[in-house]
Amino acid sequence: MSGKPTGRERFIVCGDRDEIDRIQQGILVVLVRYGYDDAACFAVRTAIEEAVSNAIHHGNDNDPRRMVTIEYAADEMSIEIEIEDEGAGFDPESVPDPTRPENVDIPSGRGIMLMRVYMNEVEFTASGTRVRMRYEKKSGHTL
Amino acid sequence: MSSTTSHIRVQDQDGVKRIEFVERNILDEANIQQIGEEIGRVVDSQDKPKVLISFTNVDHLSSAALGTLITINNKIRGRDGQLRLAEIDPQIYEVFVITKLNKLFQIFDTSEQALASFA
Repeated sequence: MSGKPTGRERFIVCGDRDEIDRIQQGILVVLVRYGYDDAACFAVRTAIEEAVSNAIHHGNDNDPRRMVTIEYAADEMSIEIEIEDEGAGFDPESVPDPTRPENVDIPSGRGIMLMRVYMNEVEFTASGTRVRMRYEKKSGHTL
Repeated sequence: MSSTTSHIRVQDQDGVKRIEFVERNILDEANIQQIGEEIGRVVDSQDKPKVLISFTNVDHLSSAALGTLITINNKIRGRDGQLRLAEIDPQIYEVFVITKLNKLFQIFDTSEQALASFA
């Protein structure tokens, strides 16, 4: 495994869509500057989108008084992202496998799966209120 | 005939409602909920709905959007209708493959192929 990327940036948001889009775009600009290709940017954006959405809607229960913290560090080798909400937490293992035949018609439960497929590492801590994700440019998801 | 609502464009093509998205990114849950309601009204406007959803302008979608598509599919099936998806970008199609939703939905490369598939 390569070392931790250096130079962290931290944002605290309340769920405002335009602000989240600006942060995502800013992270993608950094990745492009470090030579990440289109598939890598798609993978990282998908994972951030799902994690932030989980934090706002499930973690913070759509309460605008509760904040979501987005922290990332990137270099030419990898990007590490941590997203934390102010909710009660959850057990990620309790989310049913959405690809099982009995669950395929159920509209929810695919976000965590996408994060795990697109990123090299996904780890939930702090009782499920914080997720740390890592994408490695060399071995990351490619189309 | 063509009509424009806030998030989708709807065309009637030989009894099939062909729907396109206005936005390139279908990510925001509030927008997705409105899209679901708008498509729901299109479905409700037909007895046995025939609906084609084209992703021709779409660059990115979230799992919430997938959930809305599943809800729409359930609604159409419940009314003995047919749903087709078409013109999905390869990166987005991969999301359907990962989630195995490519097996749930009937997906076509082009709108023409999808239109020809309606019974």
